[in-house]
Amino acid sequence: MAEAGSQKKLPLDALWRARTSKFGDFAGYDMPLQFEGLIPEHNWTRGHAGLFDVSHMGPSFFALPKGHALEGEAAHKKVASLIERLVPADIQGLKPGQVRYTMITNEDGGVLDDLMIARPAEPGAAGDLYIVVNAGCKHQDWASIEAATKGEANLVRADDRCLLALQGPSAHKAAAEIIDPALADMSFMTVKRYDAFGRITVTRSGYTGEDGYEILVRAENAPELAEKLLAHPEVKPIGLGARDSLRLEAGLCLYGHDLDPTTSPIEADLAWTIQKRRREAKDFPGAKRILREFELGPARKRVGIRPNDRAPAREGVEIFKDGQKIGVITSGGFSPVLNGPISMGYVEAAHAAPGRVVDLMIRGTPRSATIVPLPFVPHNYVRKGKT
Amino acid sequence: MSTRYTKDHEWVRLEGDVATVGITSYAAEQLGDVVYAELPAVGKSFAQGDDMAVVESAKTASDVYAPVSGEIVEANAEIAGENWQIINDAPQTGGWFVKLKVANKSELDSLMDEAAYADYVKGL
Repeated sequence: MAEAGSQKKLPLDALWRARTSKFGDFAGYDMPLQFEGLIPEHNWTRGHAGLFDVSHMGPSFFALPKGHALEGEAAHKKVASLIERLVPADIQGLKPGQVRYTMITNEDGGVLDDLMIARPAEPGAAGDLYIVVNAGCKHQDWASIEAATKGEANLVRADDRCLLALQGPSAHKAAAEIIDPALADMSFMTVKRYDAFGRITVTRSGYTGEDGYEILVRAENAPELAEKLLAHPEVKPIGLGARDSLRLEAGLCLYGHDLDPTTSPIEADLAWTIQKRRREAKDFPGAKRILREFELGPARKRVGIRPNDRAPAREGVEIFKDGQKIGVITSGGFSPVLNGPISMGYVEAAHAAPGRVVDLMIRGTPRSATIVPLPFVPHNYVRKGKT
Repeated sequence: MSTRYTKDHEWVRLEGDVATVGITSYAAEQLGDVVYAELPAVGKSFAQGDDMAVVESAKTASDVYAPVSGEIVEANAEIAGENWQIINDAPQTGGWFVKLKVANKSELDSLMDEAAYADYVKGL
């Protein structure tokens, strides 16, 4: 999905090129794919901390028009009610500083994108939301948000800034030493702004299954922040290659692969992202199908799959039971932590129970595999910080 | 007989009428750590350019094509025994994939010699 022939360069392009030559196109951006090697980078992130440049993604601020008369909670409820026209999560119910994972759904109950919505806690930010969508979907997402809320709120793109992810068990140490000691006290899935490296917006969140942060920093302040983080003995640069193997081990969905306009949040095993108030109000796009599947169960389900031999089963591999096709792999590869192949895919609900043995048709040969619970590698989130 | 190379980064070395085949150092470096490889059974025949084997890294799966037509007479026991590390450590020696009984030696003439392959890789 490159834009009109020209690939976009990251603001930190020179900083990454000084460290690797392995780049590749992702959603029209020329992104670093690999530094010292996918497996060592993966293991470093699980054991220490990795710094990822994810500036291709779509951060934005969504706010009530300037001069709105609403205060505090009322302003939040208003702006949240606007974005709730597009997503099934309870955004009105966000506490100040809270972040929620949700999806933009279509009228058929399929997923158009998955995203994070945060409610900044700062007193001046009443009526603001911080929204981060996927790189490949951002233009479409922003257009649909604007179309659905025209004249009632403003969307300000922030993808000219840098979005850096610092992930791993040492992330809190490096972040506290280099940015602000208060970062170590944040709870997982919260947002906070800091007057450091210009003014940065930090969420304690990530896409690796590890503790960590995603930091929105202005392009002019990003080189100093990235260089300082990379100079920390616990931090190394990590490419998009390891980002994919880390998220797969963590059982997290990749949009366009594990989620698409035909899969519903219920099929994707993401019912937990639709809070009770919204289920009762039935007021989000695709509510009819999504709530029917919530009550009666979906026809197919996203599951974890472990091949019983060494052959990786990648996207597109078909899944069989007793000679009948029952599903397809949507993401698959190699798990450095388990030292073996892992996959995610969709299977008919009757075959989705962990422990079921199925066949994967790899290059024309059926190979045995077992349905397993997700994630493959336990999450390592800091659920309760001091703030 | 010197070593010949394909555009798909296989190497082939003929001794008598048996050719030893593997992937080049460049290919191994591009792939990264090999996590799986699948070799054809002894006795199977391939035409030049057929999918013959598979090599997978954490990143991707790649087909290995038969650089010349022939019948498999031996598969590398190290690789069959899941010592895939040898493909990264010694791609052009101990990490060979298979030995083929070559059907038509003139097919080797269509492949690059070492200097031509080095130039080809430089241009990638």
